[in-house]
Amino acid sequence: MSHHIVEAIDLCHCYGDGTQALTNITFRIHHGESVALVGANGAGKSTLLQHLNGVLLPTSGTIRIGEVPLVKETLRDIRRTVGMVFQDPDDQLFSPTIGQDVAFGPLNMGLPPADVAARVHEALERMEALHLKDKPVYRLSAGEKRRAAIATVLSMTPDILVLDEPTSGLDPRARRQLLGLLKAFRHTKIIATHDLDLVLELCPRTLVLHEGRVKADGSTREIFADQALLTACHLEKPLTMQGCPKCGGIP
Amino acid sequence: MANLGDRFRDLGRMDTMGSRESGLHRLDPRAKVLATAAFALAVSSFGRYEVAGLLPFMAFPVSLAILGEVPGGYLLKRIGLALPFVLLLGVLNPVLDREVLLQVGPLPITGGWLSFLSMALKLVLTAASAVVLVAITSMDGVCQALERLGMPQVFVVQIGFLHRYTFVLVEEAARMLRARELRSNGHDLTHREFGPLAGHLLLRTWDRAQRIHQAMLARGFEGEVHLLRRPSFGLQDALFLGAWCVAFLVLRLVNLPLLMGTLVSGGAQ
Ligand SMILES: Nc1ncnc2c1ncn2[C@@H]1O[C@H](COP(=O)(O)OP(=O)(O)O)[C@@H](O)[C@H]1O
Ligand SMILES: [Mg+2]
Repeated sequence: MSHHIVEAIDLCHCYGDGTQALTNITFRIHHGESVALVGANGAGKSTLLQHLNGVLLPTSGTIRIGEVPLVKETLRDIRRTVGMVFQDPDDQLFSPTIGQDVAFGPLNMGLPPADVAARVHEALERMEALHLKDKPVYRLSAGEKRRAAIATVLSMTPDILVLDEPTSGLDPRARRQLLGLLKAFRHTKIIATHDLDLVLELCPRTLVLHEGRVKADGSTREIFADQALLTACHLEKPLTMQGCPKCGGIP
Repeated sequence: MANLGDRFRDLGRMDTMGSRESGLHRLDPRAKVLATAAFALAVSSFGRYEVAGLLPFMAFPVSLAILGEVPGGYLLKRIGLALPFVLLLGVLNPVLDREVLLQVGPLPITGGWLSFLSMALKLVLTAASAVVLVAITSMDGVCQALERLGMPQVFVVQIGFLHRYTFVLVEEAARMLRARELRSNGHDLTHREFGPLAGHLLLRTWDRAQRIHQAMLARGFEGEVHLLRRPSFGLQDALFLGAWCVAFLVLRLVNLPLLMGTLVSGGAQ
């Protein structure tokens, strides 16, 4: 199964106001890989992720999902393949209740009601959020919102999961719970984050973005050991590695 | 103060009510939308000085609200939103039209006051029925009904978005007001502050509306409104619609309060 490949070739993006957010991004992510996208604020992480399912279109260059180039004609299929969890759950959860929100994707896919209901149940259960089904969005805690937001995407059974700062704003316990859930996923995962401890735990591979360019792409362990690189890209070594610079401390 | 945002967002409660399971909730949205449209038509067809004949029409929103368990306080709050329009539209009537049309005891009633009252009643009745309709159907249900009744999809989508973004606007406003309140040291909002604040609010709303739209597109939204329940128009729906239409017609043609009045006074003569 090689069709879950995510590939960017010479990708550039320039926003309407002239901001050059991405410059010549090239990478290839294979089936089942779990890749972290790290970089300072404004490095271009969100912009890059939004290209992966066509929310933004490249100014130049190409995105390929499973060897299919992302263009208008393939957008529909690609959006089923690539599930995107946005940075702010409040943008993702727009329906009156969580259950309805999780049903939104499958309903748009044209599934019969019984299948939709089954998928909603499954996705919520998977995110330990079944009890939130009939709750309105604004009554949820940050951790619950995040899990619900991921459920809205899981219900579409994507092969590739794209997550934008999934642990930002979570307390340690909610973060730990989310980490446990994400770890169990078999999907190809691409996670933009400032949480380098999460990267150590979940992602064997890391892409470092700095001012819209790929500064490094390789093994997480090696990248986090490169102090000069981290400093140049305004990153700090994960806490678990700070105490013991020699052994790396990866569990 | 800390709950300002929550209180605002509670206005969105109506939408969660729409997903409840009363008999009324289960009716085909089209039956409810059509009945409400017939209601609005009947109410607005009354003459400009008619007041008494409108009163029995209250039965429609009130009975649906009771059967659909729509909380009264909530309903009143929502209808309250329509009152400024009533005042705006009708405030000049009593001034412009001073012809005395009616004598209630020693009190002369001018045409201006009558038409004002009549218009207020019509607006409140229509607003009430619309609020109840959404409460027992959900906005998505209403949109789907409109679509299946043949309204072009562009309009339906616009209505749905308008509704959704009203909440986004209110939510953003609540956030901004809260942020301001925390640093305002108790000072009221001045009109000099108001301009920039309103401008900023619009930009923020626009931004968020766009992000929400993207999130919808990312999950396969293509303009069509889908519901978990896709009801078919059955006997119950036909009965509901038919009964109310007959009732509206009768109430429109027969002035019930007047009739009762003449019966009573006729008996006394
Ligand atoms: N809608 C937009 N219009 C113009 N510039 C933008 C927009 N969104 C982001 N940017 C700019 O693009 C750059 C990358 O932003 P972003 O991808 O959000 O970074 P990150 O997610 O890594 O913090 C930043 O300089 C940001 O100011
Ligand atoms: Mg970002």
